[in-house]
Parts: sequence; structure tokens; C-alpha cells
Amino acid sequence: MWMTELPPFIPFFLAAALALFTRGHLQSAIMLAAPLLGGLHLWLYVPADIVYSLPILEYQLILMRTDQLSLVFGYIFHIAAFVLVVYTLHLKDTLQHVAGLVYAGSAMGATFAGDLITLFIFWELLAVSSVFLIWANRTTEATQAGIRYLVYQVLSGVLLLAGALIHHHYTGSLAFDFIGLNNPGGWLILLAFGIKCAFPFLHTWLTDAYPASTHTGAAVLSVFTTKVAIYALARGYPGTDILIYIGAIMTCFPIFYAVLENDLRRVLSYSLINQLGFMVCAIGIGTALSLNGAVAHAFAHILYKSLLFMSMGAVMYRVGHVYASDLGGLYKSMPKTTALCIIGAASISAVPLFSGFVAKSLVMTELLQQGQIVVWLMLLFASAGVLHHAGIKVPFFAFYAHDSGLRPKEAPVNMLIGMFITAVLCIAIGVQPQYLYSILPWEMDYWPYDVTHVLAQLQLLMFAALAFVWMEIKGYAPPELHSVNLDAEWFYRRLVPAGVQRSVNFLHMAKVSTLTMLTGNIQRMQNKFGRSPVARYHLSESWPTGSMVFWISIILVVYLLLDIVFYK
Amino acid sequence: MATKPNDKEYYLDKPENVQRLLNVFYVICALLFAADFIVHRHTKIALEEFPAFYAVFGFVAFVMLVIGSIALRKLVMRKENYYDVDD
Repeated sequence: MWMTELPPFIPFFLAAALALFTRGHLQSAIMLAAPLLGGLHLWLYVPADIVYSLPILEYQLILMRTDQLSLVFGYIFHIAAFVLVVYTLHLKDTLQHVAGLVYAGSAMGATFAGDLITLFIFWELLAVSSVFLIWANRTTEATQAGIRYLVYQVLSGVLLLAGALIHHHYTGSLAFDFIGLNNPGGWLILLAFGIKCAFPFLHTWLTDAYPASTHTGAAVLSVFTTKVAIYALARGYPGTDILIYIGAIMTCFPIFYAVLENDLRRVLSYSLINQLGFMVCAIGIGTALSLNGAVAHAFAHILYKSLLFMSMGAVMYRVGHVYASDLGGLYKSMPKTTALCIIGAASISAVPLFSGFVAKSLVMTELLQQGQIVVWLMLLFASAGVLHHAGIKVPFFAFYAHDSGLRPKEAPVNMLIGMFITAVLCIAIGVQPQYLYSILPWEMDYWPYDVTHVLAQLQLLMFAALAFVWMEIKGYAPPELHSVNLDAEWFYRRLVPAGVQRSVNFLHMAKVSTLTMLTGNIQRMQNKFGRSPVARYHLSESWPTGSMVFWISIILVVYLLLDIVFYK
Repeated sequence: MATKPNDKEYYLDKPENVQRLLNVFYVICALLFAADFIVHRHTKIALEEFPAFYAVFGFVAFVMLVIGSIALRKLVMRKENYYDVDD
């Protein structure tokens, strides 16, 4: 029985420990084995009703609790981890390999955690391990972005722990099941999940740190942290109304930034938030169809989003940057990467026969069935927006547009294989969605391919693309420019530091002027006193300290003598 | 990476080929637009029954997005070294 109860994070942590002391092919084999064997084991042998706990003092840490929800996320995390290991095999950086394995393992740990304390442990491990994928860039910019990232992630963990304890105070339970907003603990935990899920105003760690990570790191980061948060929301807050509106805002505001951004990995980061919005919104609706939609979307999204990040990683690796303004024409020398990127772009844009379509349809259909017309319109607007930044902008400006003259070599073979597997899965899910639908946690009867729906989606996408063509030809489209676009991070990167600097300056000035005023006053009083007739009296002169000590000791001796004399 | 100014001519290097592809694209758009009036659609809400609703929505949404972004750029764009710490 031990074999079925093997918590899925263990193979990853084991492989991380072994990878630390091995190099070359042996290290590669170990890294490939962890997600492959772990994933096969989970798929073949682990049923949906396992609970395995580890007693620590008087507390039971539930290290493994399987149900269909955690299993689906477990499957996709294993698939993604395997693909990403293949993708990163060319790296000779053990730090990143080990960090990546611990990071993926922590995601498994959090996914299969059965109680909030176990969740908290892996929640923090996710933060601490992933930051090395940013720091591994070994630049000042990456170091600083990593620290900002870590502050946010650890803050999320602290909120989770505080929330869990308050939740326990009210409910007497630390089980990681439905949490809801019935007590203050629930709100704190929602905030903790919200940070990791990049809720509006809490999202800047993502758009700040992912573009600063290593060329492979961004793809790895894009898979786990935010999707663990989606999983946590789906378990803790299904049907929580506020999530519908948070999700709808998340789909809409980042696409404006994505249009402006020049750094294509930052474009993808904004696009990631937009995609999370669809899932958050679906979780907020909370019906079987919409929750399945959130899970299916997360499943499909992990594949196509990492595929897009991988293709940009390949460009980054060969060219050294991913600024849209300085790229173009790369299809001539990187045709395979181009084709794979386009498959990712078609998937994220939800073109029929690609994975995004079969997942997003669930959410959109259910929104209409629930009568959420305004939210549906927002998501429809965002769907057209996705086509702009992820569907067209990323492949178009990197690989086509004007010829930059750059002729980098095609991506390394291992990168191409990693991207190829992911691309095949994107198409397979799109063409044969019944297999994905069959593993979804809730019962449903749904099929995405009917004439009405396919036609509607094709019209939406094609006419949005037509608008792009029209604006490009007419020159209405905003040019790609090297720039910084202010976002909520302005508050802590500019306003607060400037405010702190001003406050410190102000306090310093206040201190100096107060001291000058006080000493001046004291001096004036002394001068005035010195000129008065009283000053000539003997006792008002300033005495040396020694004489004062002398007279005090005399007084004390007198007290002592009086005490001895009068005690009886 | 190597920069070779005189490398071979690609299909997309010729403007007439690009125009040919665009023409195919325009035809597809026209057909999709026309399909709305031929195919019977199973709509869920009244809004969808508006002729070619999705096509119009897609086009307008895209244009609005770009216009919105241009307005946003006026508000948020700063120099590339805006956040650089000068020590």
C-alpha cells in the first residue's frame, strides 16, 4: 500500500538532492526520471481517495489527499515538469536544475496538501525555490526583481498562515476544503491566494519578475505558482461571487498593457494574468460546468502558455533579448521555433481545433447560461484582446514584421523537442477534447464543436485579425517603443521610496531645527540668569560634580546616623 | 548569430506574395460574414441574434483596445530607465 501513498513531491525532492551531486548525462537522466516515473505512478496507480498523513507532535500533516481535482492538477504539473526538464537539458547550471525540481515538487506538495499547514509549508517552498530561477540570471536587475518577488510571495505565505489560524479559531478545523468568506480568516486566506493568483493591484510581482528571469526560467515559472493558486481557489472558494468580478477585471486590464509592452516576455506575463482572469471568473460562478471550465482552462493554459514562454526563451537564448522593436524576420533562420510559437498562439487565442477553444468554451457557455451578460461581454472583449497580444503580436513581431537582419541559429534540439511535445498536446486536446473532459472533476454533458459556436469564434477572431491588418496597413497601431509603462508597482517602486526619502529628510530637518531652537533657548536663559543679581549668590553658581557627590554622601551619612540613633 | 544581408529570397519577402495571402484572408472574412446569413445559429441570448454580431464585436473590440492603449500610453509611458536606482 505504501506505493499508492507515495506523496508526489517526494520523487522531485529526491531528484533535486541527487541532481545537486551529479553532472552531465546522469544528472539529465535523474531529472527526466522524476516527472516521468512520478507522473506514470500517479496516472496508473493512484486512485482518487487516498489520504496519507504524517504525525508531527500532536498534529497530523496531511501530505497526500487525492480526489479528482487534485489529481487533474497533479497530472498536468507532471506533464509540464517533464516537458520543461527536456527544454532545459542544454543548461549547465545545476542551481537552476535543482531550484526547478524543488519548485515543481513544491507545486505537487501544495496540490496534494490536505490541510492548511501542509499547504503553507509548500506555499513558502514554492516562493523560496522559484526565486532562484530569477536570481540565476545573475544581473543586478534580476537580483532586485527577485527580492521584490520574494517579498510578495512570503507576504502571501504569512497571510495564509495567519488566515489559517484565525480560520481554525472560528471553525475548529484546519482542513483544506471549502473555506469561504464567513470569518476574517477566510478573507486573509483569499488575499494570500490572491497574491499568488495575481489579483489586480497584487499582480505586479508577476510582470516584474518573470521577464527578469533566465531564458528558461520564465517558462518554468509560468506553469506552477499561479496555477497552484487557481487550484487553491477552486478548492477553497468555489461559487464566491466576488471572484466573478475580480476575474472579469483581470481579463480586461492587462490586455491594454500587453498592447503597449515592448518586452515580449512581459507581454506574455500580462497575457498570463488575462488568462488567470478567465479561470478566477469561472471559479466565482461555481457551477459544475464552470468549475470544470476553470480546471480545463488551467490544464490547457499551462501547456500553451509555457509553449509561448518556451519559444520566447529560445529567441532569448539565441538573440539575447526579446524586444519586439528590435526583432523581426526570425522565421528565416528559426522556422521550427516559429511554427511551434504559432501553435501556442493559436491555442491561446482559442482557435477551433486548438486547446484554448475547448477549454474557454466551457466558461463562456456557462456565463451565458447563468445570465452574466456584462461579465460575458467583458470576457468576449478580452478574448479578442488575447488575439492581439498573444495570438498576433508575439509571433508577428518576433518572427515576421520588418526584417531585423538577425539570423540566429535554430533553437537547440532539446528545446525544440520540449516545445514539440507541448505543441502536439495543444493540438491533441483541441482535436480530441473528450479525453480531457473525461478526467475533469465534475459531471457534465458538453461538447464544444457545433456550427454556431465554431462560426461565432471564427468570426470573432478573424474580424479582430482583420482590424489588426487594417490598423497595421494604415499605420494606426501604436509603435513598439523601448519604455517603462507605469503599473501598480509605481506605488512601491516610486511613490513609497520617494515618500520615505522625503519623510526621512523632513524628520532630519525637524530634528536639527528643534535641537537648535532648544539649545539656543537654554543658552539665552543661562545668559539672562548670569546677568541677574541672583547669579552672584553663592548657591546659584555652577558647582563641580565632585562637590555635589561630596555633599550627597554627607547627607547619606547623616541619614545613617539618625537611623542608628533613633531606631529603637 | 550572423547577419547575412544577401541571403536567399523568401516567399514573404515579395510584397505581391504578402498581398496574395492578404487577399485570401479577406475572402475568408467575407465568407465568414456571409455564413451568418446562411447558417441557422442556435443563440442563447438576443444580443447574439444581431447579424454578424461576433464579427462586428471582434472588429470593434480590437479597435477599441488599440485606441484605449494609445490613451493609456500617454498616461503611463516613461523612459526605459525610469526605475533605475542611481547610487
